Amino acid sequence: MDELEAIKVTFFQECEELLADLEGGLLAMQDGNDDGDTVNAVFRAVHSIKGGAGAFGLEPLVRFAHVFETLLDAVRSNEVPATPDLVVTLLRASDVLADHVSSARGLGVVDEAVSAAMAAELKACTDPNAAPAPAAVVEAPVFEAAPVAAAPAEALIGADDALDDDDLGFDFQPMTITIDEQAADVAAAAGNVWTVSIRPKSDLYRKANETALLLRELARLGPIEATLDASAIPPLDMLDAEAAYATWTVRLETEEDETAIREVFEFVDGDCDLEITRGEGLSADAALAALLAGETPAAIAAPEPVVIAEAPAPVVVESAPEPVAVAPVVEAAPAPVATPVAAPAPVAAAPAAAAKTQQIDVPGPGQSVIRVDPERIDRLIDLVGELVINQAMLAQRVGEYGIAPSSNLAMGLDELEQLTREIQDSVMAIRAQPVKSVFQRMPRLVREVASMTGKQARLVMDGENTEVDKTVIERLSDPITHMLRNAIDHGLESPEERKAAGKNPEGVVKLAALHRSGRIVIEVSDDGKGINRERVHSIAIKKGLISPELQLTDEEIDNLIFLPGFSTADKISDVSGRGVGMDVVKRSVQALGGRISITSRPGQGSTFTLSLPLTLAVLDGMVVDVAGETLVVPLAAIVESLRPKPEEVRPLGPVGSVLAVRDSFVPLIDVGLTLGYREASPPPTEGVVLLVEGEDGSRAALVADAIHGQRQVVIKSLEQNYQQVDGVAAATILGDGRVALILDVDAVISLRRREPPRPVEPTLIAAE
Amino acid sequence: MSEEIITTGAERRELISFRVGEQEYCVDIMAVREIRGWSPATTLPQSPGYMRGVINLRGAVLPIMDLACRLGMPVIEPTVRSVFIVVKAGDRMIGMLVDAVSDILSITDDLVQPTPDLACDAVRSFIRGIISIEGRMISEISLDRLLPEREALAA
Repeated sequence: MDELEAIKVTFFQECEELLADLEGGLLAMQDGNDDGDTVNAVFRAVHSIKGGAGAFGLEPLVRFAHVFETLLDAVRSNEVPATPDLVVTLLRASDVLADHVSSARGLGVVDEAVSAAMAAELKACTDPNAAPAPAAVVEAPVFEAAPVAAAPAEALIGADDALDDDDLGFDFQPMTITIDEQAADVAAAAGNVWTVSIRPKSDLYRKANETALLLRELARLGPIEATLDASAIPPLDMLDAEAAYATWTVRLETEEDETAIREVFEFVDGDCDLEITRGEGLSADAALAALLAGETPAAIAAPEPVVIAEAPAPVVVESAPEPVAVAPVVEAAPAPVATPVAAPAPVAAAPAAAAKTQQIDVPGPGQSVIRVDPERIDRLIDLVGELVINQAMLAQRVGEYGIAPSSNLAMGLDELEQLTREIQDSVMAIRAQPVKSVFQRMPRLVREVASMTGKQARLVMDGENTEVDKTVIERLSDPITHMLRNAIDHGLESPEERKAAGKNPEGVVKLAALHRSGRIVIEVSDDGKGINRERVHSIAIKKGLISPELQLTDEEIDNLIFLPGFSTADKISDVSGRGVGMDVVKRSVQALGGRISITSRPGQGSTFTLSLPLTLAVLDGMVVDVAGETLVVPLAAIVESLRPKPEEVRPLGPVGSVLAVRDSFVPLIDVGLTLGYREASPPPTEGVVLLVEGEDGSRAALVADAIHGQRQVVIKSLEQNYQQVDGVAAATILGDGRVALILDVDAVISLRRREPPRPVEPTLIAAE
Repeated sequence: MSEEIITTGAERRELISFRVGEQEYCVDIMAVREIRGWSPATTLPQSPGYMRGVINLRGAVLPIMDLACRLGMPVIEPTVRSVFIVVKAGDRMIGMLVDAVSDILSITDDLVQPTPDLACDAVRSFIRGIISIEGRMISEISLDRLLPEREALAA
């Protein structure tokens, strides 16, 4: 039972990948790439979901997938033209399909009404155009009883010889099949027609040959139509997984002679029965057999003979954005224990793939992807962090013994240091993932928000393969969602307004990711109206967020939208306008050590730029001494550090004092006092001042005793074994092996504010 | 887990006993991960007095608790014989600073007597029971209550 559950988990993981492929393919179609490969990839995605779902008895999912698949199949065979409208419908159908998958997974409920309406719409798209093919409609209970019915499940279990079972794709669903009787008749046109009958023996497979490869080789000679005779396949319980049962009949049109055809089979000579005859050999029976042809899972229910050249065996050519998505067969075999997170793509796939149909060479079965439990990687990263610390400690000890830098020992240590750094980098790279996993959820969001707000929006994505640490990826989704919503809801104009302004009624929202100076930058831009500065300014004044006298630059006005409680939407909508939008984004981004800003040009649109560290596992910090303790202050928060002159420190109130920094006054905060390390602060002029900026933009001058310098530190959780501590963001381990605390700058500022200056209290009581 | 061990009756189990001041305490050996010599801890701000701070335990940040202080006794002044007993309490690991480890006891549960009423509440909530063995009185520590609740202090 557990095993089945594990397989199911794998299935759902694959569903996610397939849904992403589906959406990617449909988007490519929307951009005009409606060539056969793309349509086939789309079809296969839906088909594979249906096949797997059938194996698990996920009825509603199968039913919907079936309707969807039927339409896609019609598109694939050019019975239904792939008009832009149709693609939009297909995209919406893919959303519903995704809902069905989530629901089958127990993560949410499908809106039955929406699903039914969608299904009806799909059927309506399929039917009127299906007419030209005068078709014999066959209820095919045969499929139900098909001996290989359980094959998909078996494939998932990872039967070694799954590749040999050519009928993996059958599922239990009785289905209506349109047999195009004409298919066989279209035959004899011009050219030489050959009929090649191939009956592989089990030896052929044992020698690691593959029928699909042979068929593909044949297809090089000319257009082929391959049909599979699966009638010899025994019922499942009698099936010998190592045996070969299938026979192919290939109708080949070629200018080449028989020798050329025989050459294709040179390497399998003797391992298969081969018959090459000139002329037509395809009977009606063969056409029916073709229906059963399950060369790939994709091939079931194909209303015409399977054209192998277009739909080859899954293992080899499942066209996939990442090697991960290879095929159930390969995947499941090495990793029956499913992992919750899709394995990261080891090598960034070619960026160009995003635009085109993701035609990437998928590694063969030999170099397949390994799925690893993320916890193991985390553990490895911890250990390597340890190694780095240990190495630093060792170097420090050796240094203490006064060993010459040119000695063998010291040089060996240097090499060790280099090696450990390299190991650290490599290990971090394992955990790096392309931002695609976040980006691929966005097209749907854009569609939904656009339809909710009555706007027309097209999402253009760039740099999906930009890699960033897993810890960051998980936290990118929310800010991007917010920014996209904002761009559509507030940025884009309504189609009418756009037309009036002489723009394309369809707005373009661009989502891009790139690496810039050791950080990941996410840009969300729209070609809308830009920020209405006057309105933003007046609203900020009205809401009391800024003082009316304040003179602001355009840029400063643009950035007012990040103030808490700021919302320009006239009406509160589901989409945005609750006034918790951008300030929340800003805070969550800053909490990750990132920054966000906006630039806007009236009439031309706005661009949000979000920059984040590449990892949350390490942090750039300033190491300081406070009252004998070593603390790390995140570099991102530090504006500057300085040694205050006596005349710059001004007392304010009974105990407080401020620091004059150029023309402004910044409250001085003694970190040692605030954290309770000491009872009284030494004069600030004896220490060093770190001018920091909190998340809300407020500044403070933190007083420390001494600065040790800048260092990259590995972040360690305090909560894991203890709990959160006010004023401390996390901990780290320094080169000497001791724990140092990482300061939470915002908490320190607010701690200071919260605590009333102590000496004041007694006087107040006395006054009463 | 350890609750179950108690209810299973006459099964033998092993305890590690240690000294805190002049008194003897013990914990179930299954909860003990390791015993380490004293090393200075990094002070944690805003934390109760019995929290000595945190140390680096092979890459993990381990909180150190002064057991004497937690039990309401004077703070332990670390000496060369002072050790941390690293124990697993719930899903957290903590180091208990104690004066010295004494020995390993093998007992059956019928040796465990309920904590006498005279002890103050703080002590009673941390002591699961008292074991009398070879004329010594050894109190068994209840680990689950030693660390403050996460939420309680985070607020």
